[in-house]
Order: sequence, then C-alpha cells, then structure tokens
Amino acid sequence: MAEIFELGIAGIRTGVASGDFTAKEVAETFIDRVSAAKSLNAVLVETPDHALAAAEATDKAKAAGETLGKMAGVPIGMKDLFCTEGVATTAGSVILDGFTPQYESTVSANLFKAGAGMLGKLNMDQFAMGSSNETSAFGNVISPWRRNDGGNTDLAPGGSSGGSAAVVSGRICPAATGTDTGGSIRQPAAFVGITGFKPTYGRCSRWGTIAFASSLDQAGPMAHDVRDCAIMLEAMTGFDPKDSTSLDLPVPEWEAGLKSDLTGKRIGIPKEYRVDNMPPEIDALWQQGIEWLKDAGAKIVDVSLPHTKYALPAYYIIAPAEASSNLARYDGVRYGMRDLPDGAGLQDMYAATRESGFGPEVKRRIMIGTYVLSAGYYDAYYTQAQKVRTLISQDFDKAWESCDLLLTPTAPSAAFGLGEKADDPLAMYLNDVFTVPSSLAGLPAMSVPAGLDGQGLPLGLQIIGKALDEQGVFNAGLALEERAGFVAKPEQWW
Amino acid sequence: MTESTYRIQGATGEWEVVIGLEVHAQITSNAKLFSGASTEFGAEPNTQVSLVDAAMPGMLPVLNKECVRQAVRTGLALNAQINKYSRFDRKNYFYADLPQGYQISQLYHPIVGEGKVEISLDEKDPDAHGKTVGVERIHIEQDAGKLMHDQHPTMSYVDLNRCGVALMEIVSMPDMTSPKEAAAYVRKLRSILRYVGSCDGNMEQGSMRADVNVSVRKPGEKLGIRTETKNVNSLRFIQQVIEYEAQRQVDVLEEGGEIVQETRLFDPDRNETRSMRSKEDAHDYRYFPDPDLLPLELEEDFIFNCKASLPELPDEKRARYKNVLGLSAYNAAVLTAEHETALWFEELLETTDEPEKIASSAANWLTSELFGALNKMGLSIEQSPVSPQQAAELLGLIADGTISGKIAKQVFEIMLETGDGAAKIVEEKGLKQESDTGAIEKVIADVMAANEDKVTEYRGGKDKLFGFFVGQTMKAMQGKANPQVVNELLKKTLGPAG
Repeated sequence: MAEIFELGIAGIRTGVASGDFTAKEVAETFIDRVSAAKSLNAVLVETPDHALAAAEATDKAKAAGETLGKMAGVPIGMKDLFCTEGVATTAGSVILDGFTPQYESTVSANLFKAGAGMLGKLNMDQFAMGSSNETSAFGNVISPWRRNDGGNTDLAPGGSSGGSAAVVSGRICPAATGTDTGGSIRQPAAFVGITGFKPTYGRCSRWGTIAFASSLDQAGPMAHDVRDCAIMLEAMTGFDPKDSTSLDLPVPEWEAGLKSDLTGKRIGIPKEYRVDNMPPEIDALWQQGIEWLKDAGAKIVDVSLPHTKYALPAYYIIAPAEASSNLARYDGVRYGMRDLPDGAGLQDMYAATRESGFGPEVKRRIMIGTYVLSAGYYDAYYTQAQKVRTLISQDFDKAWESCDLLLTPTAPSAAFGLGEKADDPLAMYLNDVFTVPSSLAGLPAMSVPAGLDGQGLPLGLQIIGKALDEQGVFNAGLALEERAGFVAKPEQWW
Repeated sequence: MTESTYRIQGATGEWEVVIGLEVHAQITSNAKLFSGASTEFGAEPNTQVSLVDAAMPGMLPVLNKECVRQAVRTGLALNAQINKYSRFDRKNYFYADLPQGYQISQLYHPIVGEGKVEISLDEKDPDAHGKTVGVERIHIEQDAGKLMHDQHPTMSYVDLNRCGVALMEIVSMPDMTSPKEAAAYVRKLRSILRYVGSCDGNMEQGSMRADVNVSVRKPGEKLGIRTETKNVNSLRFIQQVIEYEAQRQVDVLEEGGEIVQETRLFDPDRNETRSMRSKEDAHDYRYFPDPDLLPLELEEDFIFNCKASLPELPDEKRARYKNVLGLSAYNAAVLTAEHETALWFEELLETTDEPEKIASSAANWLTSELFGALNKMGLSIEQSPVSPQQAAELLGLIADGTISGKIAKQVFEIMLETGDGAAKIVEEKGLKQESDTGAIEKVIADVMAANEDKVTEYRGGKDKLFGFFVGQTMKAMQGKANPQVVNELLKKTLGPAG
C-alpha cells in the first residue's frame, strides 16, 4: 500500500472509510510534511490544530456511524487569499500585516463543513498578481521540481497559486485551494504536474476571498487528479446569497458523472493558439493530446477564435482597472499596516502606507488601472477592453456551434527559473496567453498534466468548456489523464 | 403658469438667476443599501457598522430590494420614467469617511429618468401661481460616514453609522428662477416623499439636503457658468445661498471678472459661500461599473406593484378636497401640504357617512382652532392631545345646536387640558345651549324691564341697539342661549326699530 502522504483526496477518503488508517493519522502525517518543507517557503502560517480538530471530528463521526462529508479526513492547504476566521490572512502582502479575519470565507467554510481540515495558509503572488510567486512580500515559493540537467536552479512554481501548486506536487498537502483570475490555478498546476480546475464564473462564492479583479476571480481546486478535483469542487461550490454574482444553481454530482468515453463529443482545436515561438515540445504534446482524445472517441474539429490576440491586452486593462478600485480599501485606517510619518496628515498617511505596504507589481497594476479609468482615457482603454471582452465571449459562442470542448496547451512554456522573467513584466504576462480568454468569458477550464519536457519538467494541457459544463471538462480531462499516464513526481530534495 | 420676476439689479441692468437642485434624500429603510446594518438615527458612533460597511477584505455588497422599491415608488410619484435596466457604478476617491475607497452610485444608467414636480408660489391659491419644475433623473447611491472634528485636539474621529445608508439623488432641471421657487420646489418634493414614505424629509437630521447650482445671465441670454454649493440643509439656507451666490456672481461679472465653475460651501454663521475646489482641482472619480453587482433589471410586475402601493398624492388630494368635498382652495392646499394633516382630517371625516356635509366646517375648525392650539403648544398634528374622533364629537355638538361656536372654543380648551370628550364636558359643566323659548322669553322680559329707556330708543329708530339686547340676554344666560333663538325672540318682542 502507498504511503499516506502519497494519497490524494479519494485515496484518503477510501482509507479512512475502510479503517485502513484514521483521519488523525492522516492529519499528523501531513502536519509533519508541512513542517519539514519550510525550505520551499510555500506555507505562510501552519495551522496543525485546525487539521487535527477536523480529523478528530471525522474519526468521532465515523465511530458514531455517521455519514461522512465529501472531504472528511482530508487536510488541505488554503491559499492565503481566503479569509480564515482567527488565522492571519495576508494575500501575500505586508499591507495586511497583523490582519486576522473575524469571519470565514464561504469557500473555506464550505470545505470545512464537508469535513476538510486546514494544514496552513499558502504563499502566493501578492494580491494574486503574478505568474511566478515572485511578487509575494514573504519571499517566493520554490518549486519542488528541478531540471534533470543536474543543476539545482530554483524554479518558479507558477502563480499566483504557487504555494498551492508546490504543496500538492511535493505531496506536502493532499490538495489545496487556488484562485484563478487569468490563469492562476491552471498555469501553476501545469508547471508542477498537478490538476487544477477553474469553474464557471459564479460557481464559487467570492465572499470572504480577497478581491483582485471581481469580474474574473474564481476559486477552484488544485489536486492530484481529475477525480480529486471533482470531489473538492463539489465541496467548494454552491449558491451564496452574500455574493451577488453567485450562481443560484444546484451543485452537480461531478464525481459520480465522471466518464472518459468521449464518443459523440466534438473537440475544437483553436488555430489562434498556435503562437509564435512556442516550444516544439508543447506543440508536440498538444498533437499528442489530440490523438488521445480521438482515442477516447471524440471527433476533432478545427475552430477559430479570431479575437484571441486581443485577450491579453484587454485582460491587462480590465483586471488592473478593477484591482485599482478593489485595493483602495487598504489605506492604513482600519486594519493591516499603517505608516504614519511624523506630522503626516490623512493623505500623507494613505500615501506612506500604500507606498511601503504594496509591492512593485501591485503598484504597477494599480497605476495601470487608475490610468485606464481616468477621464479622457476611459473610452480608449476600459470601454474598448470591455468591447473586446464581449467579442471574445462571442468567439467562444461561435465555436460552440461546431464543438463541445476545446483543447489547448495550458502555458506557452514549462516552469522557468526564479528571477529569469522577474525584470520583464510583459514576458511574465505572456504566461497567461492561453488561460486568459476563458477567464474573460467566465468559462470552466482545467489543466491536466500530460507529459515532461526535455528537461524533465511537467507540461499541461488545457480543456475549456461551455459555461456550466464542468462535467464535460472533467470527462475530457479524465480521458487525457488515463492516456497520458502521468506519474512523474519531483524527487524530494527539501 | 407665471414667470418669476425675481431679478438682481446690477449697475449694468437686470440679471436673471437660474437654479438647479440636486436633492439627496435618505431612503426610509431598516437596513443599509448594500449591507444588513441598521439605519436608525442617533445610535452610539460605530455601532451600526457591518463588515461590508467597514470594507473588510473580501466583503461584497448585496442590494437591498426595499431601497429599490422606494426609489421606483418615488419615481412614479414624480411621474417619471422608470428605467427597467439600471446599473451601479463605483465613484473612486480616498477619504476617511469612505472605507471602500469608492462610493457605489449610478452614473451611467440611473434607475429613474425624467419626471416633474408641480410647485406653487401662492399657498392660498396654488392653481393660480403654479409652475412645473423638471426632474432630470433619480439615482440611488451610498451615503458616506461622518467625520467628527471636535472630539480630540489633533485628531478627527470617524463615525461609520451613516456609511452605506441608501440615498436617492433627485436632480432637477435648471428650471427655477428665484429663491422662492427653489424653496417651493424643495417643500413640494419633501411633501411628496413623505406621502410616498420613501424619505422622512427631516432636514435637521440630514435626511434631506441639497446641492444648489446657481448661475446668472442677462434676460434672454444663454446660460451662465454655474457654481455648486454643497450640502445645504434647510429651506432658509437654500434661499440664502441663492441670494448670496446670485449677488456675488453679478458683482464679479460687472467688475469684468469671470465665474469659475467650482464647488462651494455655505457658512450659515456668516451667511456666505466659500470656494471649496475649482473644476481644475476636481477629483477624477474614475467611474466604472461595479463588478460586484449585476445590472438591476426590473420586472413589469414589480413596477406595477410599486404603483399600486402609492397613496393618493398631494396634487390629486388637493383637487379632490376642492372639487368633491367643496373646500376652499386655501383649506385644500393647507390640509394636503403635509400627509399627516390630510390623514388626520380624513380620519375625522370617516366618523360620518356623509363627509361632504361636514368637510367645510371641519376644515375651517382644523385650520383655525386646532392649528392655533397646536402652534401654541409647539406640537405636530400627530402629537395632538385631541383625536380626530374627539374633534368629530365636538363638531357634531356645534352642528346639532347643542353648543354654540363660542362655547365650543371653551369646550375645546378643556378637552386639550383634560383629554375628556366634548359631550362629557358639556354635560358636567352645564354648557348645553338653551333653546327653550319659554326660558329665553323670560330673560328677555327681564332685560327689557331693566332697560326701558333703551327699548324706547330702539323703537324710536336706533336699530343698532339690537346688539345690545342680544348681548344682555346672552350674558344673563351665561352664553348658553342658542343665539339664533335669541335673535328671533328679540325681534318678535322688541318689534321693528323705528
């Protein structure tokens, strides 16, 4: 039998239910894994008591013969963007230094209600702005993966959910929450060889999740495989009257609906995703993915998403615009850090607090956002970007006339070394080129690990589905997963 | 419709004043616009603040439907267009009373479009001096918190109780041309809002305040550059602001200067406005649609139900009082100006099956006796110690001749003091009017016997003495004699004068 730490959500669930081990043993195993992985800098706050309390509750419920929740006995890592009651929450920024929420985000509360415990709060790009975890105010997360060239270059775990990616791929947590605004679940999942799922916008409540860009932010699971993602997503989602953009729909039983036979499904291959300078290995993997889906019974069709090239520029107007307003509340008045120089007035305090509290990438985006919303520029930038967003949604609608799902690479490259792109924001932004369009359209999408590149680093394939068709995305993901047989794991060096 | 003749007399001739008002009216609701926190006035500072109001990380606004309903009802009461599609925008700026760093408002797509308010410049005869003031739009938005500068020598305190409370901003067209018209507009608007129940109209508590836009021009010329004086919170101040601003602008222009488009503040202590910031320094609010809120789409049914829930409004009511109940124009206007007065009056009329028979006398009694007494006591009509039913009883006693109008005044005073019913008072104090001709004839005989000389004079042609005999008879009967009967009997007994 596998070691407990090698198990994911389904494995733990089965083991706890059959009495192979107790939830407490599971919690203790992962608590030890967390405390032994400090060198990865993936966990900002360790919460062993929380994990143990949830485990004990599960063991007690089992002993009493009660029905166990979907996540019973599974301790998870929590991205530090989710406000957790009584546990410091920073969004990776010192501007929230000392902030301990008195409330629990809906997503974390849902997971706890389903029996999950929390191992700790996970490092991330500051306010979820970044693709490498290098914008965290608390130092970057180091990916558990290393290149097979014998060197020991520290690699980026992707971002912004880099802590989540690192702990799941390093088998430090069996699963973790992520959030995805333009690719922040899918790109890091691809970088570290795990499965990450972004549901349809509105499936997961945003209440209690620190906002980056409200019209794009969606929480989702990061886990070992498709089944684990389906189980965890069922536990995370559901209508929340406290979020006006929450979808008032029942939660489907995605796990029960898993089926890798794709007979009758049409998979679209968007030609615009063949970008310049894409590594041949990624192109080859994409081709391989097409063969796998054909093998699963799907029909492959070529489709066009003509406005794809405008997605990234539109995203980098809309997301910063919303962020510039969402982040106005961090002013040093009510919580978090305050910088009050001698003799400072109110405006001086705002300026000093935000100057020292926000990192450079956050400031960059606040400035971009402020600029594009300014009088005289609003129409040229913000209005135009919203028009592009509509066109991109229409591209997808058009594509759905000839296909049911889309297959694309998740990211244009494998993980890069820390520091390699930190000085070039535009190169960094290009990481999101395949993930941003579906974010702008609010569509469900997932990354499935599908192979390794020449340097032994994971590469992911992305499945994009119609709004609310999470099941279709899961099933196509499962078909890929079964055929890719991806079992590679980082060798433990930390 | 009459044109205003209000003019500023300048050295270069007459100037016309053009006024537009943005009235901020706090929507009557138990909870705030986007949070469940209470809106009660006068609570201890920072006790009515939710996590949303304090803009804690991750908090989201959820629209309070009651506020939407009240805004739609208000729009319907102003005969305005209701926009089935509206949207919320963020107005971004940093200030200590604004925790989110933005106010949620409606810039691009307000919930209510164009409407109108009929105003009158003559309370005694509203129809003869009416005017229509256009309403450009109504939108809903959040109020800000309150800064307190008097709590600490070097620091300002913030009270967030008001933060997030729902406001309607009612924007008028620049249709008013005198301080009096502006006051009449606000008075009428306040009356309608109170009828509708969408705002309590309490200007002292800040439930209603106005931004006053003023410009001047030579008659017939195009509109001048306007200034906006913020947050004026009484009818008197609104008029003072207009008078001051108009004169100031005329002075500037006549000295060859230019009016700067700017925001100004009113200082009631010095009765002047002062520049707050000019257009160049104006904030760039970076309005954009709030991504936390979906567009607001109203169903036909919802609007229909809002309409059905409206009470009879002041203009309709006034017309009915005049045309159906037969009240004078003045009484109809006075009794309908405040909803509470009209309700009180109608409760009184409900005591009878034939209200039109008593309406006029009841209206006269209300506007003279009751209003006089309440005024003296400093009470509002809702606080009246005499109920509409008690008043009806009193009026009934006058109508059926039990007491005279004069005695009624006396009875009313006792009612105010004791709270007793009119019939009981009349009975106990023996104030019942004497209509028994025998008793009166006897008194008349006594009076004539005691004043034989006057009887001779009267019969000799001094007919003015008739009043003297009435007075003497009434006096002898302690005012309780039915004056009509006294008159008749005296005429008969004295015979013709001369």
